[in-house]
Amino acid sequence: MNQSYSRGSSLPLRLFLAVVCSAGLMFLDRYTDSSTQLRSYLTTAVSPLFYVASLPETLFSGASEQFMSQQAVLDENARLKETLLQQSGQLQLLRYLQQENEKLRALLGSSAVIEDKRLVAEVLAVYSHPFSHQVVLNKGTKDGVTEHQAVIDDQGIVGQIVSVGPTSSRALLISDNTHAIAVRAERTGVRAIVEGLGQWDSLRVMHLPHSTDIREGDRLLTSGLDGRFPEGYPVARVSKISQDASQPFMVVYAEPYALLDRIRHVLLLSNTPRVPEPTQETLAGAAPQEQP
Amino acid sequence: MRKAGRIGFIYLSLFVALILTVMPMPQLVKLARPDWVLLVLMYWVMALPQRISVGTAFFSGFIVDVLVGTVLGVNALAFSVVIFIVAQHHLKIRNFSVVQQSLLLGLLLALYQLLLFWLSHFLTGVYFMPQYLWPVVTGMLVWPWLFWLLRRYRRQLKIQ
Repeated sequence: MNQSYSRGSSLPLRLFLAVVCSAGLMFLDRYTDSSTQLRSYLTTAVSPLFYVASLPETLFSGASEQFMSQQAVLDENARLKETLLQQSGQLQLLRYLQQENEKLRALLGSSAVIEDKRLVAEVLAVYSHPFSHQVVLNKGTKDGVTEHQAVIDDQGIVGQIVSVGPTSSRALLISDNTHAIAVRAERTGVRAIVEGLGQWDSLRVMHLPHSTDIREGDRLLTSGLDGRFPEGYPVARVSKISQDASQPFMVVYAEPYALLDRIRHVLLLSNTPRVPEPTQETLAGAAPQEQP
Repeated sequence: MRKAGRIGFIYLSLFVALILTVMPMPQLVKLARPDWVLLVLMYWVMALPQRISVGTAFFSGFIVDVLVGTVLGVNALAFSVVIFIVAQHHLKIRNFSVVQQSLLLGLLLALYQLLLFWLSHFLTGVYFMPQYLWPVVTGMLVWPWLFWLLRRYRRQLKIQ
């Protein structure tokens, strides 16, 4: 029994060690590149836990909806009915854009990409910690998943892959605090950057001058300028604009199209090159002033 | 040999808490999900401070970091600090009634949430929202039941 007292003195020392270790970890994870590799090993190591944790849900599929209050279900129903009309239209456009994308890729001569272009993955776990919006997917390097792949669902952009293990991978959602995506307003062509806020239903459109032509309801599509996401996929709809002259920029919020908090199945798009590689034809035909 | 098996039961309860932490839930319930791992750790530190202490807290926090996807070390640090405080005062806290305990633990849970927020704020620039504090309230409400359950668990299995 007396060992419980003899150890008391070393407690502050242990805390000191723990603080030093975690400070080192934080530095390693945040400010060095080596953490990505480490993360993917760790993700692999803990992936059985995700399988176990999602067992009850897979067993009683849909049981989680039972937890929702009736009002929530009614609200959701009304909202879904409303969005269904709009989104079925978008869906057609999305299909069209995907086809166009394929054709353009074929024209570029990169037909190998089309072979394994899309990969359907299932969401194992959606972690809703406000500081990190990530999902774990059931596909990994064995299925050909690589880092930075764009993730979409049937309605819009969901996020991108940030770490990959052999059988599972982790996607960062566009609503995450650390995520930003380059967009273009469909109506006007205004380019902007959309950042996550750590909220499921709201993103912020950054750095728009007060004179920008943007309205509530404007559709924001990916511009492809960030080199991560292919062009033309719907991202979000402008939901709220507040013009405050004391602020340097307009405060614009947008609502993502993808239902980020209830995604089940997602599509992984294959990597597009960061900047389109100049082919012989484009080099020959390009005007010299295209070079910055 | 027998001793090792008994300690295994402590880790089993922590394992269950980890599963509860990542279990898929509807959005409304998720926001208010109690910090299961921290609560379970608090119980064990109070009951068996010679077995479970800052080291276990650090490693559990690290696993939570990996599972949740926060910056590595954030949860580890916050867990270590909170468990350190509980370990320092476990003799006092043990003598409180369950209601007093849950009030005190509410403070500690709030400290945990704030530590987590501050660190994440410096590292990734998150914004504060009041609903981040829901787990504190649910944690306080859950504590009496968890305390009762874990005490039965400990006495039934004679974990020392």
